[in-house]
Amino acid sequence: MSLELRGITKRFGALTANDSIDLAVADGEIHAILGENGAGKSTLMNIVYGLLSPDSGSISVDGKAITINSPLDALAAGIGMVHQHFMLIPVFTVAENIVLGHEKVKGLGILDIESAKQEILRISAEFNFDIDPDALVEDLPVGLQQRVEIIRALIYDAKVLILDEPTAVLTPQETDELLKNMKKLRDKGRSIVFITHKLREVKEAADKITIIRRGKVVGTAQPSASQEELAALMVGRPVSLDVEKTTPKLGEVTLSVKDLTISDHTGRALVRNVSFDVHAGEILAVAGVQGNGQSELAEAIVGLQEHVTGHIALRGKEITRASVREALHAGIAFVPESREDDGLIGSFSIEENLILDLHDLPPYAKGPVISTSIVEEEAKARVKEFDIRTLSAKDSASSLSGGNKQKVVLARELSRPVKLVVASQPTRGLDVGSIEFVHERIIAERNSGRAVLLFSTELDEVTALADRIAVMYRGEFIAIVPADTSREELGLLMAGIRR
Amino acid sequence: MSTSEIRTLSAPERRRKRGVITMAVLGLFGLIFFAFLPKTGQPVTYNFVLGNEWVLMKEWIINSKTGSLGFSLLSLAGVALAAVQFRARKTIRFASAIFGFAFLMSFLCWSAAGKFIPFTGLLQGALLLSVPLIFGAMAGVLSERSGVINIAIEGQLLAGAFMSGIIASLTQNNWLGLLIAPFAGAAIAWLLAVFAIKYGIDQVVLGFVLNVLVIGLTNFLYKKLLIPYQSTWNAGGTFAPIEIPILSKIPVIGPIFFSQSIIVYLMYVVVIAIHIALFKSRWGLRTRSVGEHPTAAESVGINVNRVRFRNVVIAGAVAGLGGAFFTLGAVGSFSKEMTAGKGFIALAALIFGRWSPLGAVAAALIFGFADNLQGLLTITGTPIPSEFMLMAPYIATIIAVSGFVGKVRAPAADGIPYKRGGAH
Repeated sequence: MSLELRGITKRFGALTANDSIDLAVADGEIHAILGENGAGKSTLMNIVYGLLSPDSGSISVDGKAITINSPLDALAAGIGMVHQHFMLIPVFTVAENIVLGHEKVKGLGILDIESAKQEILRISAEFNFDIDPDALVEDLPVGLQQRVEIIRALIYDAKVLILDEPTAVLTPQETDELLKNMKKLRDKGRSIVFITHKLREVKEAADKITIIRRGKVVGTAQPSASQEELAALMVGRPVSLDVEKTTPKLGEVTLSVKDLTISDHTGRALVRNVSFDVHAGEILAVAGVQGNGQSELAEAIVGLQEHVTGHIALRGKEITRASVREALHAGIAFVPESREDDGLIGSFSIEENLILDLHDLPPYAKGPVISTSIVEEEAKARVKEFDIRTLSAKDSASSLSGGNKQKVVLARELSRPVKLVVASQPTRGLDVGSIEFVHERIIAERNSGRAVLLFSTELDEVTALADRIAVMYRGEFIAIVPADTSREELGLLMAGIRR
Repeated sequence: MSTSEIRTLSAPERRRKRGVITMAVLGLFGLIFFAFLPKTGQPVTYNFVLGNEWVLMKEWIINSKTGSLGFSLLSLAGVALAAVQFRARKTIRFASAIFGFAFLMSFLCWSAAGKFIPFTGLLQGALLLSVPLIFGAMAGVLSERSGVINIAIEGQLLAGAFMSGIIASLTQNNWLGLLIAPFAGAAIAWLLAVFAIKYGIDQVVLGFVLNVLVIGLTNFLYKKLLIPYQSTWNAGGTFAPIEIPILSKIPVIGPIFFSQSIIVYLMYVVVIAIHIALFKSRWGLRTRSVGEHPTAAESVGINVNRVRFRNVVIAGAVAGLGGAFFTLGAVGSFSKEMTAGKGFIALAALIFGRWSPLGAVAAALIFGFADNLQGLLTITGTPIPSEFMLMAPYIATIIAVSGFVGKVRAPAADGIPYKRGGAH
């Protein structure tokens, strides 16, 4: 089945997320839509799937114009979608999730779940998906949850399958498996729209590539194009994909973590018996699939976790039970995972956000009063140093783009006397320009003799920045390996398989 | 896979462990206070005959000290069984039931020393006191499982009681009164639905306002209409109990469950229907889906707000029907604020029962029993003030809600208004 979009435009207030986009997906092809975070890919696909309505433009399937007002219309037209954030209900079984919305009933509205189970087992067997229809979705690893979504689309008999950033949550091996399955689906006559910002995957799986930048189609490419060419199209200028790095000059041990175990409030261990050191002048990158305890470990180091046993020491000084304030003043800079929720106060001005940590200390505070002139002066200097693009430092932090928000966080955290930088997913959701800035800054911190503990789920980022790599799996450090370890080996470790 | 795997108990296992420890402490407490501390024993008389059911045993007389001792030991046997089951990693439900029954009997023997306990009557009264709680809790299940917090149960009960009372009085027909009750409750729920779902107003605040509204309105009308013109406006009747052939003859159980008014039988139907529908039907699956993850439900074409709207209104109808029990099922006439906070206790039962229909029924029955026992003990006179008895179920609720019996998990999207495309 072919899918054609013409002149799709969608505005959110002043922002034009999609600006008259044309796209043609031919029958039986894998069509990649490549673009940076925030380029408008997801908006476009949510329009095709009926979750958003376009301001103008038309959609046609096999040459016939159709109207899509809800996901039901899309499904009826043969369009299925696997969402970036899975649309599955954790406390339901696989079968319940799959039948939801088009349930077969036996009379009196009682569900006929058995026939659905048979169907699920049949499709699961056809693609070697290994899915138990009676399993609770919350008990399944993400890779399997994604297969549940694919099975659901197939049960609806989707001829066009939209996969929205499907590899974001997968290990390298799971990604390979998915790409293989995509090809298998294509060979059985389905068309696939593959949304991604990862060049490697596009080159491997796509038959055709459309590139979107700032809501507009900026070109198409063949998978034979080089990664550099694709990246330049995606970003709009030539980008260097490598980070320049010198050999590390190791100093003394700055952070020492010993037998650290972190539990949640029900007593379940989220991080188990983790021990490691980070030296001054080195970057230890913690790799791993999202949700394997990285967030909790990062938070525990700055005192944000409650149920912690073991030892954390900064330059030999015990900080395991230190409050967040004590930890920060002891010399830790913390770049939290979620800028919007934990890094900034959106309704506060940029100025105010820049002094959140030191607002009650001189020179900012004079007794109980905050000295506005000094705050303004300092803010001006930081905005300049960190290239924060804003009209005024009095604007609210929420008015900034993702990249500039992250710069505000970095500016605040790195302006204290710091011995250790803990950065959690520091480039998640940023555009390439901001990613470059953040990477350079992290390298600069390391070169100036600070210790850096970096948490990242992006393997490319880990290999580009790390001096050593720790791989985290189910709350444990499964291994600490040199920076030149191969992707394959790292992938196996991320899946919990030790050589 | 990993060598440093820490052996930890799963959440239900930790809950069971706490349960076993609590029961052991209570059991020992019972043994000491009820069986050993009293200096002398006195006879306690249990009566088992209420109506004209078949008689197995008319009454049972036992020395209070002997009874307390026997039942305390039985309760400790229950604890032992629970401990064995816990070790075997099995559920301790059955053992807990034994413990609960024996501990209660031990307490009764002690507190009613030298007195008379109408055993069947005690339980029958407990069921009657539970009826509005169960209807209210079912209204909570219907509404909250779809993701709308229903604090307005109190108002819905009161509206049902008021309307059924005056209609039954004006028409001199109880059935018409019963018929109108669900509509009265549904009308209040409709207000809740419009403001909570359509306009996204805070559901807790809104529910509270609706309660105040209904209380104010019924108080006003009560004063201006029902008191001055009592003979026309407030002189309805009550439904007579219907004895179900054979079933009502079963000793103890018969008079409790099968010699009741039509409203109680309707309650059985409502509870069973909701339980089956919620877990086995298409409606139930959709209801639970919009209460857990509305965006996912929307993505497969379910109209989230329509499902919620319908559920909230049906919930109101169920609560309204429960309200009719205050007038038509119990006293026959309406009196000011006669629901007396039962709607809030129903809410507590809903939480105690973890948002499951049968769990909520069990919780409501416990609350009803405690309420009735307290009444009985006040009349017979006990060593402890009855107010403390009355507090017991609520203390239990607070303990339950604070996570002592495990994490009480509300539907994930409970109380969060849903806007289409809100994720972007």
